[in-house]
Amino acid sequence: MYVRQLQVVDFRSWKQADLTFEPGPCVLVGANGQGKTNLVEAIGYAATLGSHRVATDAPMIRHGAQRAIVRTAVVNEGRELTIELEITSGRANRARVNRGPVPRPRDVLGILRTVLFAPEDLALVRGDPGERRRFLDDLLVLRAPRYAGVRSDYERVLRQRNALLKSSGAARRAGSKGDIATLDVWDGHLATHGGQLLAARLDLVADLAPHVIAAYAGVAGSDTTRSAAVAYKSSIADNLEPGYGVPGGDRADPEVVADALLAAMAASRSQELERGVSLVGPHRDELELILGEAPAKGYASHGESWSFALALRLAAYELLRGEGAEPVLVLDDVFAELDQRRRTRLAEVAAGAEQVLITAAVAEDVPSELAGTRFAVADGEVRRAG
Amino acid sequence: MYEGPVQDLIDELGRLPGVGPKSAQRIAFHLLAAEPADIARLQDALQKVKEGVVFCDVCGNVSEQATCRICRDARRDPQKVCVVEEPKDVLAIERTREFKGRYHVLGGALDPLSGIGPDQLRIRQLLSRIGEHDITEVILATDPNTEGEATATYLIRLLRDFPGLTVTRLASGLPMGGDLEFADELTLTRALSGRRAV
Ligand SMILES: Nc1ncnc2c1ncn2[C@@H]1O[C@H](COP(=O)(O)OP(=O)(O)OP(=O)(O)O)[C@@H](O)[C@H]1O
Ligand SMILES: [Mg+2]
Ligand SMILES: [Zn+2]
Repeated sequence: MYVRQLQVVDFRSWKQADLTFEPGPCVLVGANGQGKTNLVEAIGYAATLGSHRVATDAPMIRHGAQRAIVRTAVVNEGRELTIELEITSGRANRARVNRGPVPRPRDVLGILRTVLFAPEDLALVRGDPGERRRFLDDLLVLRAPRYAGVRSDYERVLRQRNALLKSSGAARRAGSKGDIATLDVWDGHLATHGGQLLAARLDLVADLAPHVIAAYAGVAGSDTTRSAAVAYKSSIADNLEPGYGVPGGDRADPEVVADALLAAMAASRSQELERGVSLVGPHRDELELILGEAPAKGYASHGESWSFALALRLAAYELLRGEGAEPVLVLDDVFAELDQRRRTRLAEVAAGAEQVLITAAVAEDVPSELAGTRFAVADGEVRRAG
Repeated sequence: MYEGPVQDLIDELGRLPGVGPKSAQRIAFHLLAAEPADIARLQDALQKVKEGVVFCDVCGNVSEQATCRICRDARRDPQKVCVVEEPKDVLAIERTREFKGRYHVLGGALDPLSGIGPDQLRIRQLLSRIGEHDITEVILATDPNTEGEATATYLIRLLRDFPGLTVTRLASGLPMGGDLEFADELTLTRALSGRRAV
């Protein structure tokens, strides 16, 4: 698939912008702070309903404006669909597909699929486990949009359950028995949604792992004799079937996983009441990144960490590409961060992509095989420059 | 900013749910231009809503008298009770004209984040109502969202031990994550007629 057009109104620094793209490489060049990343961020937003830079929507709206609009035309196998998103502060966002309103913004997920590489990706390796869980869950939603609902249901039930654990724990310490009967209800719902989320993550890691090994070998090449691996480390690992989450193993059954979650919750209930938080479940899990024998986090060098981050994104791209409409590649300011070898490897993959959108401060940073169409971004305007 | 009373009115209207600053302004200027008789009627209605409305002592719906119109209506089947979260859900189901039984309004849903547990809802009243009257079916029509689903599950656990009582839940098909009151009539009718025992 490819993005044929991007129009934004009051998005980030842009009062207005209208860009027409073609398949193949498209390069946005301009000095620092001119709004290049803002434009590819808008494309990422249309694909994921979120930003790769911040967790909230408010920064998407231009200072002084009431709402931002992102309109994209996406061509998939010859068929064009337009997505229009209206981001309003303090109110629910609105979405339209081909000009017709859809009940919820979530309904646009799946129309545009992107894999975005950015300097922030280093946090995939060096950041806390939440970064890697988000990586998995974002990829899950790209793979099958219905997981957007599973994920938000899980998060909602989790917050409710935590609130109840806190108040019931306090009630217990004060000598009354608290709301144990309703806790059972929340346990059941957390297990149902958590079972679906966790099973899908386990399958995802099983499918992704071989791609990560191959991608890391390609990126790091002869720099290293050590190979990379990923493994899903669950907070309820002891209750799970050993064949789940490993390449060539069993597909995870959401109901079996839900039962395992229930058992784990029952075992840790008194501890949970004491602490007032949910201690087991997908929100406590970790995607382990292993380099040779050691965990990447805390051991890998700066260059190795970069290679691993790149390998994770490349693996995601290869996985999605193998499963359906080819995703649009977005490379935000990454070439400047990479050495020659990694730059070449990334350029090889990108050159074969149906469409790749690239931002760079100086044109020389972009490998020559990715010359493609070029846009100059300066002073709040975008000009086609070759 | 407008002067004095006009801005006061805009501010008050802007406090209402679903009314943004633009609508508040539009409503205010509409009222400014309205006939005195229309204003008097509105004033009267606002006054009465606090003084004159009570909650039905049987079902908890808003009512003019101690017992509401639906609970007094002898043509309504007293053996079927539809459990909803809010009075506005009663209206939504009444609009379908599909349901001929009576209601029980919980006054909300389980919502620990807002400090709402079973004791804050009219659940005890529901249990004694079922215990004291010949009720054969309870239809759970809580909202199709996290809190509504949890409330339904909780009620199912409480109600399954009543002998001779069938507990049903609206058929799926309602937009998940939403409010019952926003479901269109056709969808709600289908959900009601397709309800299943749980
Ligand atoms: N909500 C907003 N309203 C107005 N301006 C904003 C908003 N959010 C970001 N900006 C501005 O956008 C500019 C940054 O844009 P962007 O990150 O796209 O730059 P860039 O061209 O990618 O630069 P670099 O080459 O340094 O990566 C900053 O000047 C910032 O102040
Ligand atoms: Mg940038
Ligand atoms: Zn009544």
